[in-house]
Amino acid sequence: MAVLTSPKIVSSRRDFDDSYTLKRYLTTGGYEGLKKALKMNPEKVCAEVDAASLLGRGGAGFPAGRKWSMLRRAPLSYLVINGDESEPATFKDHYLVERDPHQLVEGVIIGAFALQVTQAFIFLRGEFALGLERVQQAVNEAYKHGALGENIFGSGFSLDIVVHPGAGAYICGEETSLLEALEGKRGFPRIKPPFFPAVNGLYGEPTVVNNVETMSNLPWIVTNGGAAFAALGEGRSTGTRLFALAGNVVNPGVFEIEMVKNTFRDLIFDPALGGGVPGNKKVKAIIPGGVSAPWFGPELLDLPLGADEVAGKGSMLGSGSIVVMDEDQCMVRAAWRITKFFSRESCGQCTPCREGSGWIERVMYRLEHGGGRMEDIDLVLDLCDNIAPGLTWPPQQTTICVLGPSIPSAVHSAISMFRHEFIEHVENGGCTHV
Amino acid sequence: MSHFNAEIKKRADQLLSLYPRRRSAMLPLLHLAQEQDGYLSEAGIEEVAELTGTTPADVRGTAAFYDMFHLEPVGKYVVGVCTNIACLIAGGEELLEHASKKLGCAVGGTSADGMFTLEETECLADCNIAPCVQVNHRYVRTTTPETFDAMIGEIRDGKREDEIPPHGTLIRVRRDGGLRTNEAEVVAARAKTLKARDARVAKEQK
Repeated sequence: MAVLTSPKIVSSRRDFDDSYTLKRYLTTGGYEGLKKALKMNPEKVCAEVDAASLLGRGGAGFPAGRKWSMLRRAPLSYLVINGDESEPATFKDHYLVERDPHQLVEGVIIGAFALQVTQAFIFLRGEFALGLERVQQAVNEAYKHGALGENIFGSGFSLDIVVHPGAGAYICGEETSLLEALEGKRGFPRIKPPFFPAVNGLYGEPTVVNNVETMSNLPWIVTNGGAAFAALGEGRSTGTRLFALAGNVVNPGVFEIEMVKNTFRDLIFDPALGGGVPGNKKVKAIIPGGVSAPWFGPELLDLPLGADEVAGKGSMLGSGSIVVMDEDQCMVRAAWRITKFFSRESCGQCTPCREGSGWIERVMYRLEHGGGRMEDIDLVLDLCDNIAPGLTWPPQQTTICVLGPSIPSAVHSAISMFRHEFIEHVENGGCTHV
Repeated sequence: MSHFNAEIKKRADQLLSLYPRRRSAMLPLLHLAQEQDGYLSEAGIEEVAELTGTTPADVRGTAAFYDMFHLEPVGKYVVGVCTNIACLIAGGEELLEHASKKLGCAVGGTSADGMFTLEETECLADCNIAPCVQVNHRYVRTTTPETFDAMIGEIRDGKREDEIPPHGTLIRVRRDGGLRTNEAEVVAARAKTLKARDARVAKEQK
């Protein structure tokens, strides 16, 4: 049975139609966390976030407190919020920016105060037309309310927030690529080292880049204390998390549940959550954390939803999106479509990713649509091995960023778990699924 | 003489004032250029180059990287149908094929009356209502051929103009408060906060 007793930390206003307005926000505890933070020392706010051991909610799961502690001391530094949410089947930040923009803005102000940064940017993917309107509106209202601008709530601390639109590029979710886009350039990921924008970020200045959901947790953490957050979940995976559930489920959607205390099965089958698979069909495979993650078979449905638990089985919780594929789904088709996505979104800087993604896509296309050869199956694996040598998890990297090594996840999983389907496709001259 | 009309020029000037460096306004300015002309015209690109202190070639090269920017004219309404994994499972490819027949144009093409351009998109982050369809980057949530056709009919009849404005993801975004982002001012503000922190830490250490 699913554990549904944990507090709603980031989705407490989801039942209100006007959850995005300042009026609703103020009647539901809005900006109280900020007021409390401003009376604390910035270092104390950092300590609370550290105590919460809040893992970044973007995909890599890097502890937010540790990221903050790496910020190089310099005359100029920036805070940048990553709202480029483009990992396929991930739609939790979409919920947060459209339905609770003030919570995000308050989180950004608290984060900026903790870091003593006076300029922040919220980068939202350009396709979020309504999200851009709602977040800009929240920023406008925050200025009028005195929560933003000069001398916030009389504390002496000042901050300016600029809402910046992306323009349609998955790669801009990679933080150095996002910074390039924010500098007005092509979204090419930067060569590492330096590995962390906290050392060399926007305009070469120290910059902290945090995900939308990560920041949306801050008002609650400051109000209730880092220890209260850390008391939820287990091990390294503390607090609650927004899981985006999609694919073959009765109730697809965004659900906030406690980390680790629930399993994939709870999330997919509990009537209050996913509600099961339509037509009571069997689960064939799940993608546990965005399409960059290796797949799981139904035998792992009882695995707890925690970062280390999922990593221990050779995949990742990533962006917190879970796709359910039922027994009727064609695994060749699913893996082909995911490869097509990477092929389209490769920025083109590195040969293994640029050429490899297109090559794998073409071979997968003919396996799915007809014209595939038996030797194509191992050819695909060989190509995957050229991008991420050894096909280990976490993958070996041959490219500037992790988009490249993410390409093999889906095809490698599909071939390892469902090789017979590939053989059938070759024998039948293509897909025979309806 | 600016290629931008007075209203767009005013918004462009405000955008330029928000960033420590002019070039950072590149993407929002390109959205504005597209909002005015419906696509990135040569004159629009030249204007953005001048405003950002770059060259038209640089602007074109940057714009070409991003899916949302159109370097060729497109229909008044850009219809995007997602076929990525969650939408694939829900019949995204079939809906895209239907849309192509309904609009009478290939994927990537524009309908004969110039009203609609059809695109196959990657994940649009609305996977609980799949397959996901956006028109001018507004979620229209038409997941079946029937609701898709009805939506197209309503757009043709002018019934969806309030909900689906013409081009420009920023068309209804207005900033009406805030500081100007002058690098010197930001440095001064941070210096003040760091000094206060040092004083506090020193006091605590005593």
